[in-house]
Amino acid sequence: MGVLPVLLALALFALFATALPRVAAGEVLRYAWDWVPSLGIALSFVIDGLSLTFALLISGIGTLVLLYSNTYLAGHPQFARFALFLTSFMLAMLGLVLADNLIALFVFWELTTITSYLLIGFGHETEKGRRSALQALFVTGAGALAMLAGFILLGVTAGTFEISEIVAQGDAIITDSMYLPILILVLAGAFTKSAQFPFHFWLPNAMAAPTPVSAFLHSATMVKGGVYLMARLYPALSGTDVWMWTLTIAGGFTAVFASVLALRQTDLKQALAYTTLMALGTLTLFLGQSGGYAMTAFVSFLIVHSLYKAALFLVVGCIDHGTGTREADVLGGLLRPMPVTALAAALAALSMAGLPPFIGFIGKELMYAGAIRAPSDPWLVTGAVVAASALMFAVAGVVGFKPFWRPAGGEMPIKPHEAPWPMLAGPVLLAILGLAFGLLPGLLQVPLVNPTVAGLMGEAADPKTLQLWAGVNLPLYLSGATIVAGGVLYALHRPLRRALTAADAAAPNFDRGWDRFLDGLKAFAKWQTRIVQPGVLRAYIFITFATVLAATAGTLLVTAALPAVPDFSTVTWKNVALIALIIAGALITAVTHSRITAMAALGVVGIGIAVLFIVFSAPDVAITQLLVETLIVVLVAVALLRLPTLTAHGRPRFRPWDAALGLGIGTSVTLVLLAVLEAPLDRRLSDYFEIASWPDAFGRNIVNVILVDFRALDTFGEIAVVVIAALSAYALLRTTKEKDPE
Amino acid sequence: MNSIILRVGTRYLSGLLLLFSIYMLLRGHNEPGGGFIGGLIGSTGFVLYALGCSVGEARSALRVLPQNIAMAGLGIALLAGIFAALFGDALFTGQWLFVGGTKEEGGIPISTVLVFDIGVYLVVFGSILSLVFAMEEEI
Repeated sequence: MGVLPVLLALALFALFATALPRVAAGEVLRYAWDWVPSLGIALSFVIDGLSLTFALLISGIGTLVLLYSNTYLAGHPQFARFALFLTSFMLAMLGLVLADNLIALFVFWELTTITSYLLIGFGHETEKGRRSALQALFVTGAGALAMLAGFILLGVTAGTFEISEIVAQGDAIITDSMYLPILILVLAGAFTKSAQFPFHFWLPNAMAAPTPVSAFLHSATMVKGGVYLMARLYPALSGTDVWMWTLTIAGGFTAVFASVLALRQTDLKQALAYTTLMALGTLTLFLGQSGGYAMTAFVSFLIVHSLYKAALFLVVGCIDHGTGTREADVLGGLLRPMPVTALAAALAALSMAGLPPFIGFIGKELMYAGAIRAPSDPWLVTGAVVAASALMFAVAGVVGFKPFWRPAGGEMPIKPHEAPWPMLAGPVLLAILGLAFGLLPGLLQVPLVNPTVAGLMGEAADPKTLQLWAGVNLPLYLSGATIVAGGVLYALHRPLRRALTAADAAAPNFDRGWDRFLDGLKAFAKWQTRIVQPGVLRAYIFITFATVLAATAGTLLVTAALPAVPDFSTVTWKNVALIALIIAGALITAVTHSRITAMAALGVVGIGIAVLFIVFSAPDVAITQLLVETLIVVLVAVALLRLPTLTAHGRPRFRPWDAALGLGIGTSVTLVLLAVLEAPLDRRLSDYFEIASWPDAFGRNIVNVILVDFRALDTFGEIAVVVIAALSAYALLRTTKEKDPE
Repeated sequence: MNSIILRVGTRYLSGLLLLFSIYMLLRGHNEPGGGFIGGLIGSTGFVLYALGCSVGEARSALRVLPQNIAMAGLGIALLAGIFAALFGDALFTGQWLFVGGTKEEGGIPISTVLVFDIGVYLVVFGSILSLVFAMEEEI
């Protein structure tokens, strides 16, 4: 069974690959189907440079990760579930990057959030797994809600939800008064998804997921969803100082902050998680800039990072599988028992470190070239990128070099052994691609980089060349400095780690802050539940009706439209008698000391109302009212008969609050009804039903025709509610019985 | 309730009420009545039976769990609504068939609308009875 998802992913990869020549020629492919045409929502997809780059990464890495999982989780009792989640995620992610409609994009976005939740929580037997999954869901879900609001604002401002039409009117959007709210809301979604500071804390925790998931979702694809969104909307939203500085500061800070913390980790997977944060920060940083170098650097680093990071994650999975541990201080000497893994790790780490002739080097050179030309502040951007790259160099050594080439620091739980070929295929292939693209950068240049840059920059696009040797220039010097600094950092990484651990313990901890926030929220929920739902029926009824009173009376007061005194001349004595009967029934109910009398009196009220319905010729309503009244009286009478008798002095004689509430409700409802009657009655609908009932629906009883034909969907909803209410009440009655056997 | 009059009376009354409820259900499209009212009347018959004799007897007379009746009613109503989709109409569009002549010639109408109303009847009937029986047994 496990082979089917692999074949599906491979087929998708092949399908997208066939689009390469056309996209390379500058074509943009669009496919659209109507979804909710009345709201302007279409299921439309676009294949341009950006979405094709992502689609190829998703389906390509997806193929390798699915193949890898087949062995990594072989024999796991819930493997089928895992494969289903992972395949669903892949399809949702493809939908996200291909969607050309804001609403469709949002739906796919949430689908990736949900599948990510399920995958992080795959090990749901552990407290940590559950907590991490929920945290990721809450953080990204909250961001996505803000983003939805932003999308709606953006769609309304632009007059369309089609992304390709929105990005075409970027100049109009950035001058619109709604630009700032749109930007803040959309960035809230992008920053939470792509784990930008201060929403970064969920991503390292998401490493509770099985390693293939971390490689796929939380490094190569899903977390880049936010970056993708920013890139997709770049032509529409960029070009302002707010955009530039928000992305520069958030991205730059995240990049440096995360790469420092990466060096602090001893768990290889955690270290990689923080370097992923660094990469996301760097990508955000470059989206904050403009110009050909920054954009080319963005695209190339996006591809470079996905290749080496997925490879390294899979390598760490192999190490975990082969030795039983991921602790950097324990691992060592794995070159001899795991030679193929060591080769893949070395190639991927060299690309991550940014050494020639790997694609990582080209990516880094372009980043430096973009950084020194940054429109925000070249010193700041260059400093951040150089610092982060030097730290990356050191982490690459810790992850890809040290476990294989240095002696072991402790006893490994399992005698090291090489992983089987399906687990090696992924990392080896991805690592070799990193080398191949480095030697032949033209493979990426024409089909992917150029069209993507063109999509980002529009007509002014000037994609820069990906090349190993760009001559002796400032980026080359910076690269040299990076390598030296990185080497020193690697050599000193043990004492540095100790110092960082101490500093980290003293610094404010966002993860613990999250816990406190959740605890506070729960305490608040508990407090207000105790007040609003104390478990006493009378209190519930009081609160419900008090709320109704506040709402109706408040509306009446605010609109200040007190209705005029109606004309009483048409009132007949028959009606007056009926009303008097109802009032008498209500009064008796309120003042009597006997429950039976109260029930009977309440029945009089109900039947009086039923008769009123008959007087005003609504027999269907009257019959229903009569039957319901009968049933209620019978039911409550039965219940009362069997209850122990309550003596009259058990109840207070006068309850002023209840009386005030009752009078208030009665008055406000009367006023509302009078106000409603003052407005001219819109009879269009009634007229339509009267005319259409017989010819269209073959029924003469309009009430029934409305119920079962014209408004059948509403009726269906109502009877569904009836069934749910009956079942819930039934369950409640049964539960109390079991708990309290007589 | 230990009233022999009530016990004997309800045996006949319940049957009559049930018959009357079906009459109300069927006439509903043209005269006052329909699924809601029919269901209420029908359940009244069984409520009386449960009061007069016992819940156990009422349950065995009903043979089926009332909750199942309610849920089956919901399913029937849903199926009646989906049926329209087979003919390319929007959901819950009534589908009509006149047996033995057209509408004007006095053919007997058979429709998904009636099936839907039967679903409503069963929902109301089953929901009320599951509540009443449970309450009777509880108290």
